[in-house]
Amino acid sequence: MSYSSILEWITFHNPMDNPFYPFGDLYNLPYDWAYKIWEFLGGLVAWLINLLFPGNVVSTWLISDQVVNVFALLLFMLIIFLVVFVGTLLSLWEERKVLGRMMDRRGTQVGLKGFLQCVADGLKTFMKENVVPKKVDKMTYMWTVSLVIGTSVLIACMIPLSDRWFVVSYDTGLLIIMALFALAPFFILVSGWAQNNKYSLIGGMRAAELMISYEIPMLILIGTVILMAGSFNISDIVHAQYDTVWYFIPQVIGMITFFWCSIAESERVPFDLAEAEAELVEGWQTEYAGMKWGLIMLADYFRGYVACAMGVILYFGGWMLPGIGDLNNAMPEIVFLLKTWLMFFMMIWVRATLARVRTDQILNIGWKIFTPLAVINLLIVVLLKFGGVF
Amino acid sequence: MMPEPEIKLDSMNTDRMTVIMGPQHPFSHGLWTLKVEVDGEIVTDAEPIIGYLHRGWEKECENRTYPKIIPMADRLCYSASMTWSHIYCMTVEKALDVDIPDKAKYLRIVADEICRIQSHLMWLAAVGTDLGNLTVFLWAMREREFFLDLNVRLCGARMTTNYPRIGGVRNDTTEYFDRDCMRCVERFEKRLWDIIALVDDSSVFVSRMQGISRLTREQVANLGVTGPAMRGCGVDFDIRRDDPYDGYDEMDFEVPVLKEGDTYARYMVRIEEMFQSCEIIRQAMKKIQDMPRSAPYRLKVPSAVPEGTHFARLEDPRGESLMYLISDGTDKPYRLKVRSPIFVNVSAAKPMVQGCRIADVPAVMAMVDMCLGETDR
Repeated sequence: MSYSSILEWITFHNPMDNPFYPFGDLYNLPYDWAYKIWEFLGGLVAWLINLLFPGNVVSTWLISDQVVNVFALLLFMLIIFLVVFVGTLLSLWEERKVLGRMMDRRGTQVGLKGFLQCVADGLKTFMKENVVPKKVDKMTYMWTVSLVIGTSVLIACMIPLSDRWFVVSYDTGLLIIMALFALAPFFILVSGWAQNNKYSLIGGMRAAELMISYEIPMLILIGTVILMAGSFNISDIVHAQYDTVWYFIPQVIGMITFFWCSIAESERVPFDLAEAEAELVEGWQTEYAGMKWGLIMLADYFRGYVACAMGVILYFGGWMLPGIGDLNNAMPEIVFLLKTWLMFFMMIWVRATLARVRTDQILNIGWKIFTPLAVINLLIVVLLKFGGVF
Repeated sequence: MMPEPEIKLDSMNTDRMTVIMGPQHPFSHGLWTLKVEVDGEIVTDAEPIIGYLHRGWEKECENRTYPKIIPMADRLCYSASMTWSHIYCMTVEKALDVDIPDKAKYLRIVADEICRIQSHLMWLAAVGTDLGNLTVFLWAMREREFFLDLNVRLCGARMTTNYPRIGGVRNDTTEYFDRDCMRCVERFEKRLWDIIALVDDSSVFVSRMQGISRLTREQVANLGVTGPAMRGCGVDFDIRRDDPYDGYDEMDFEVPVLKEGDTYARYMVRIEEMFQSCEIIRQAMKKIQDMPRSAPYRLKVPSAVPEGTHFARLEDPRGESLMYLISDGTDKPYRLKVRSPIFVNVSAAKPMVQGCRIADVPAVMAMVDMCLGETDR
């Protein structure tokens, strides 16, 4: 057996020719990469096994359509997660640096212009003792925080970066993302009870209070965008904006309201009531130590990323640019991430400028300002729709 | 921003809960506890607990000679060290019945007002963190650094200045101090507007402070609250003007007084006081510049103080501080009693936070400008 026979095992195919291709007739770039990576790695392994045991069945099994598909899916998940993870770490770095400059200091300096600060923080929290207080309800204490982190990471991964970079392309994609996004406050509330700590309890209650004040205007706003685009599908919404105008032009009220609601949704200043450190130590996170707290922190940034990405999708044309579109798929993902970071810059700006609002004030703002504005925005869109402009 | 909802305490039949805020709590700047009883989010009762930082300061003074107490007086409060050593020296000078040279008086005024500004900036920084904004904190700290540098220029130390001496001050102005001082004040008056633009022009900040923790003139008088907290409630009293000491009678300045009595008024009074302090520094520096370089700045005083009781008081950045001295004719005090403004002001915590929300507690207590060194002594 000669080395040239390796070419019999490592062959590259179009993943869409695979009968088990999971995305129907849509092209998926990360899956394509994952498919090719596995065709190379799996082919190499198959070739090696075949060298040792010529004519065995394992080698042919390893490069069969089903097996390549399964392993490609695993690699696909890894790629999707890594890209979102690095994107989130970059937004974390952006916050540190931009916030630092706004406060007239230099921000973090740990390696590579401060980017390695994330690594240092991760290592530090990882090496801390994993303290579980004696009197907490251990089961609830653990599963609530796992779900807060889990849902945050899940929705962050579910956001499509372009027409070719998605996990699922449901017709109700936007609805699913919003439903998952709104889940976390429930777990925070339960977690506040489970921790047997007064600060956590008040923090958990505040999360619920916060949710009832921003969730309704936010859903009205999303409904308005859906009405305008005529679809729940994120890709359709983006293309509808490319065909007409970015929706922040007709819905400027809606865009501003959505921006503030999404700050509340991701629990950042000025709406970080649930973890108001001045009065509640760390709010609902008080009893979480070590890596648990580190992951909560990371989940916060995942939620911030999701909030910005939603804003970009709903009002700023997603991965398309006006006039030039996505240039025959020339890096629309980069365009999308850049827009997301730009949105995140606005959030950092708000954080550097404003103080934390009070619980009764957020209820007032939510019900007396956000909700009427959302309804006005809806009326404008309905008028435009009936007038035949869109 | 929007009208305040009326809070009725008895309308909700909920269980009350005691929340211990402190001693290791981000809101307590220093080592103290505020035991807060809350009904939902509304505070129904509050009890300040202090004493964690008791060092036996007054007792320790009884074993030291008079000059050795000056650096100890610095340590009463980390950010108002100058005024505390100043009042100590004033008390002993009263006991000795000496009149200090004019130059020393003006130098003390300059140092006092630098101390007042940097103490107020420290307070402003704390207000920023208590309201959840770190920009205010860092900007105020940045401005404070220039005044600490002035302190270094004048007396070699940043915070615990150890500058006054019984009978004068330790040293004359150093080279270029007057130039740097003028520049610093001028620059600060401009930069303070940045912070005002950030805080006062923001409806979020203002709505967090306006209308909460309202106290009347009578309440303030009965509780013994002094300083900016008192002047924010409409009491027009400032020892610098009404019972002038060490040359303050020659200074021309205004005492900011506001009638609202809420947290925002207390905030505004302190901000305005910083501008007035700049004005006082300018006038005092002018007088120092007009004096010959060789003018005396320190008197020689005897080490033993004649028998008797004496007290002096001055306007601390935080309120009225007073020292009461019983001397027995030796070179050590028989008893030295300190009246700390914060010790009295913090006892008003209950009427201040009652009826507020738990989120207001840091905002309200920030206006007390806690300093535990002088409170627990």
